[in-house]
Amino acid sequence: MSEVLVLVESVDGVLRKVTGELLTAAARIGTPSAVVVGAPGGAQALAAELGALGAEKVYAAESADATTYLITPIVSALATIAASAAPSAILLAATVDGREVAGRLAVRLDSGVLADVVDIAADASATHSVFGGSYTVQAKVTKGIPIITLRPNSVDATPTAAAGTVVPVEFSVDAATSATIVAIHTEPAGDRPELGAASVVVSGGRGVGSAENFPVVEHLADALGGAVGASRAAVDSGYYPHQFQVGQTGTTVSPQLYVALGISGAIQHRAGMQTSKMIVAVNKDSDAPIFEISDFGVVGDLFKVAPQLTDAVNARKGS
Amino acid sequence: MDIVVLVKQVPDTYSERKLREADGILDRDAADAIIDEIDSRGVETALQLTEANGGEVTVLTMGPDRATEVLRKALAMGAHKAVHINDDALAGSCAVQTSAALAAALRTLKFDLVIAGNESTDGRTASVPAMLAERLGLPQVTFARSIEVDGSTLKVERVVDGGYTELTSPIPAVLSVTEKINEPRYPNFKGIMAAKSKPVTTLTVADLGLAADEVGLANARTTVIEAAPRPPRAAGTKVADEGEAGSKVAEFLAASRLI
Repeated sequence: MSEVLVLVESVDGVLRKVTGELLTAAARIGTPSAVVVGAPGGAQALAAELGALGAEKVYAAESADATTYLITPIVSALATIAASAAPSAILLAATVDGREVAGRLAVRLDSGVLADVVDIAADASATHSVFGGSYTVQAKVTKGIPIITLRPNSVDATPTAAAGTVVPVEFSVDAATSATIVAIHTEPAGDRPELGAASVVVSGGRGVGSAENFPVVEHLADALGGAVGASRAAVDSGYYPHQFQVGQTGTTVSPQLYVALGISGAIQHRAGMQTSKMIVAVNKDSDAPIFEISDFGVVGDLFKVAPQLTDAVNARKGS
Repeated sequence: MDIVVLVKQVPDTYSERKLREADGILDRDAADAIIDEIDSRGVETALQLTEANGGEVTVLTMGPDRATEVLRKALAMGAHKAVHINDDALAGSCAVQTSAALAAALRTLKFDLVIAGNESTDGRTASVPAMLAERLGLPQVTFARSIEVDGSTLKVERVVDGGYTELTSPIPAVLSVTEKINEPRYPNFKGIMAAKSKPVTTLTVADLGLAADEVGLANARTTVIEAAPRPPRAAGTKVADEGEAGSKVAEFLAASRLI
């Protein structure tokens, strides 16, 4: 069976959950190989965990330059490995970096790219959810090695452990045509899970009314072990920072449970959360469009309903 | 500093967007067409940079005849001239092919910066600016929420998942902007009148030196196997709060094994 390359996503040496999801999807097509691009030593440190997640090989594309320049070292590493391994597909996470790497790689390898898919089949065809989930589209790449970016949280990781053998890779980086990374700032998400990958998301909208009121959203998120999100209206009104915006112009989420507090459900917001498995909404306006897609809707005051729900969830955890 | 801004006509996200039944391609006639909001922020960025540093702003689009509307909108905002890649052979092109046509057009233009929106609201691949950097052999400085020009160096804050990254890059470069970059100006009456007489150049596939079998739906690198409208998400239970709704939601979540 031919290899399927998976670009490993990690933060400060810790694997992102989507990496396991990608390796599971890769195993449907062929033999998964993980590709770690970064500073020397990183791949060896992750090899056992990547093997447990299903990686037969762990390519170590490592150099001091690899983290200095934006995107291009990763493209160069993947193109170098693809030239010798002749993989049947290359899978990446549909993150900001993942999608840009995929685009450049498709140009360099003269193939095609399927972006932000929600499922991947054994023949390397893939499923898109487009226009905010109003269409389901199956598509395939018709020329060259299929390059596919997978939306985090779309595929359940069901790993079959494999060897995780580290294979060093020599590659070069063209510094002259690259932007330089001067500093990386992680904006604090506290102890909460990352918005794009969380299995529970609790979001607040205009109905929350102020930044001072936003803890009502945070408390419920913490009780449910979820991430906090915000609608564009809430972000634009300054209630919550921009990196937590859910919707067409923010993060697209697809959690097991999405709780919308004081969000009317404009189509741009729905575009970013409509593929959630279960949707609960609380809104004062019984005509709010969010209720059209809610599995459980409450017409009422979020400042009464959310704290009661928070207490009930905490009580169940205690029992 | 001469700047080329990429603009795209997209179906308005407020109207109902459809795919064509025959081939699963976007039905551009089914919805109202507008300039993609993020592209008007790209035009604003270019106008601010040229107002501060001198130079001309050229707007570039690829699309059918009616895409001229978005060029006129950008010209009315203050861009100096426009280039329209317009050829029926391009219909149905995928992102990789689109980047080839845009790169070919950019090679005919003089620029210090190419500015694009980070992601269109229709295709949403968020990768065309990166593809252009690859094709043109230029640094990519993408997903910018702030930009500073310091001589021949760009300083940019790039928005990524969970934070931001500080970048520097030499000029020329390919830049893409996120919605936090600025608030675009509205064209005034004078601008709208002036736009009518600003030059718009049309380029065809032949003008770009592309072969007919490199572009268009029949030669796209990706193809739709099947497209189906998703069954409308059925609304579930809706209750009015009479003091117990929070507990009812908890019971519902417990029954669904979510807590």
